[in-house]
Amino acid sequence: MAETAAEQEEVLTDLEIVTGAKEPKPKIGDVKAPELTGSIKVPKIQPGAAAGYKPYPAAPEYMEGMDFPTTLVDNWEKEAVNKLGELLKKYKSLQDYMDICVRCGSCTDKCQFFLGSKDPKNMPVARADLLRKVYKKYFTTEGKLLGKIAGAERFDLELLGEWFSYFHQCSQCRRCSVFCPYGIDTAEISMAAREIMDHIGVGQKYVNSIIIKLHEIGNNLGMNPKALKATLESTEEDIEEEDGVPVKLPVDQVGADILMVTPSADFFASPHVESLIGYAKVFHQAGISWTFSSTASEAGNFGMFIGNYSHMQRAASRIRKAIEEIRPKRLIVGECGHAWRIAYSFWNTLIGPLDQSLGLDPKYPRPQHICEFTLDLVKRGAIKLDKSANDEFVPTFHDSCNVARGSRMGDSPGGQFDIPRELIKASCNRYVDMEQETIMEKTFCCGGGGGLLTDEILDVRLQGAMPRMQAYQNIKDSHGANFFALICAICKAQFTKVFPKYGMPMIEVGGVHQLVGRAIELGAKE
Amino acid sequence: MSGLTIFFVIYAYVAILFFIAGFLYRIWKYASTPAPLKIPQTPAPVAAPGVARRMVAEVTLFKSLFNGNKIIWLFGYVFHLGLLVALLKHYRFAFDYSPSWLVYLTTFELYAGLIMLGGLMMLFLLRLVVDRTNFITVMTDYILLVLLIGIAGTGLLLKHFYRTDVTSVKEFVLGLVSFNPQEMPADAFFIIHITLVFLLLIYFPFSKLMHSGGIFFSPTRNQVDNARDKRLVTPWAAAPESIQIASNMTQEEG
Repeated sequence: MAETAAEQEEVLTDLEIVTGAKEPKPKIGDVKAPELTGSIKVPKIQPGAAAGYKPYPAAPEYMEGMDFPTTLVDNWEKEAVNKLGELLKKYKSLQDYMDICVRCGSCTDKCQFFLGSKDPKNMPVARADLLRKVYKKYFTTEGKLLGKIAGAERFDLELLGEWFSYFHQCSQCRRCSVFCPYGIDTAEISMAAREIMDHIGVGQKYVNSIIIKLHEIGNNLGMNPKALKATLESTEEDIEEEDGVPVKLPVDQVGADILMVTPSADFFASPHVESLIGYAKVFHQAGISWTFSSTASEAGNFGMFIGNYSHMQRAASRIRKAIEEIRPKRLIVGECGHAWRIAYSFWNTLIGPLDQSLGLDPKYPRPQHICEFTLDLVKRGAIKLDKSANDEFVPTFHDSCNVARGSRMGDSPGGQFDIPRELIKASCNRYVDMEQETIMEKTFCCGGGGGLLTDEILDVRLQGAMPRMQAYQNIKDSHGANFFALICAICKAQFTKVFPKYGMPMIEVGGVHQLVGRAIELGAKE
Repeated sequence: MSGLTIFFVIYAYVAILFFIAGFLYRIWKYASTPAPLKIPQTPAPVAAPGVARRMVAEVTLFKSLFNGNKIIWLFGYVFHLGLLVALLKHYRFAFDYSPSWLVYLTTFELYAGLIMLGGLMMLFLLRLVVDRTNFITVMTDYILLVLLIGIAGTGLLLKHFYRTDVTSVKEFVLGLVSFNPQEMPADAFFIIHITLVFLLLIYFPFSKLMHSGGIFFSPTRNQVDNARDKRLVTPWAAAPESIQIASNMTQEEG
């Protein structure tokens, strides 16, 4: 007996300890969602409640493919500190936010992952403090002299283990920053922490494997151009069968007026593809030549989630290459939250200038969101929508975090809230908003953003979705809401997964252009 | 000149030097670190005047904190307001002439001092009793509050209750300002008061009190939302070497 026990007692490596790699993961079927009451309550804290939730670590091949060390490096503490020093010199946000937090407490009840898990280390300030402890210890006089009194701590394995847990329970949604007197953005901090972890050999499997697929094949799904063309052709057939109109889904049409860049999930995931059909119908009916590109068959860019500038830029460079190949006049981006943030806020920096030098028409926003594009057509009367086609729906709109707090649509601030809502209202007779405290710039994240959309941390995703589910339950009860309209591929995937866990019909999850696609009047114009 | 005066004159100059040099060093650090990407927290102003208005609303009204937590806002706000009045009132110690609006401030000086003290005490209490705030508090948070409570408390005592000789204080401070040190009044509350003040000044640039300057450098709040119209380029993030990588990419079998 004793011998068997000794045999079973495995010696864990430091990496396995940090990432909890040998800990049993919960079975997906066993994961239970919190109960819905229709209201969001601030819980009493339960220290350690979420400490055990860790994503799978990236296997050596997923680290090597990213040019990261394949396992935890021997002198990791020193390497981590060096990397932090480098990032502090590169990012004003990080340097400023490390110093100026006064721990006032305004953010403590704002994060969906805290509200859902009750774990106080999911409070934004406590999450940031996991990195701030290290900053203080190695980079500040205060921390060197006063140590723990000033909140400084040595970067040891235990703390690294907490990093791996809690920096993967942040969806980088920026909700906390809205309520911070200084706008401290935990997204910036969690990106930096993940960048540091990758550089000492502690990576996350889901995000890294996807970035490698994007680099090597061209999209997050790993769909090669041949498969892409095949799936688009079969979707064309589906549309024609359904509507009797030959709506095309063109790929690699050199010289098309519009290059459409959309998250690859749109190509065949459900309900994403319904929005894809919506885009195609809009282009078809507007009579504008357009195309996808097999080079840029992905709008998403997970390089942002791990705070790695060069991977983010390399991924974005596919878009530039596609522009050079297709030579479009306009650049339009499909329904995807973080992708729109990167497209709107970062593309011009990463792969720009996006201007006439690339053949783009300065008359139009570069890039333009599909909702901006479609609503403009509706307003100009270039396409007609029959609202009654959606009479069975009482839709509501979930503001995706990256769109709401990291980008804009239209010409004036807040256009990212108004334009999708106007578009839904143009497509449906009914519409209802969720509680004010949970929408627009105060929107809750779906719980799956920022690289958390992986099943081994389904607990985290369910807990993170809780505030949004409460708000939706609330208007289901009061207004009979039955369509949850989204403009984000991650939101769509996350909610189709968590809706059933919360006892809600998965079918209620859909895209804004799904509604547009149902309402659009195809055929000859008057 | 007494030993006490010599000690405090040196202490004062050291503290002020630490404060100014340290503060400027930290500000230089924030100002000189690049912000490679557009990360305004949207909805954000689309032009510079809007950014200025946004910043003014944050600095003068603590707008985001107000939206975040009314109780913390109330105590934080009255503390800062009281501090502002107190700081302005100290102007008269350093200059011969006091403008009339400053004299007018004297009318509610006592109340300003009391709400400052009350605000600080409530902020201390919040750290003790609210479980979330208690969890995030580190010892230096308490130390800073105690320091400020000590400064506000002794200030109130020596101004309103155990009156210090204002004239000799003014002579001492004017002496410091004009680099012509004068004898300092050997008043217990005054000595405690300035001991704490100079301690705070020394600690200031090393501490979270740098939020006072750092707030202006927060990219989420000081950036203009114009990424599509104006390309942001910073030196380290400028060279798109990876674009080369993509251009050399071999097309997959199609």
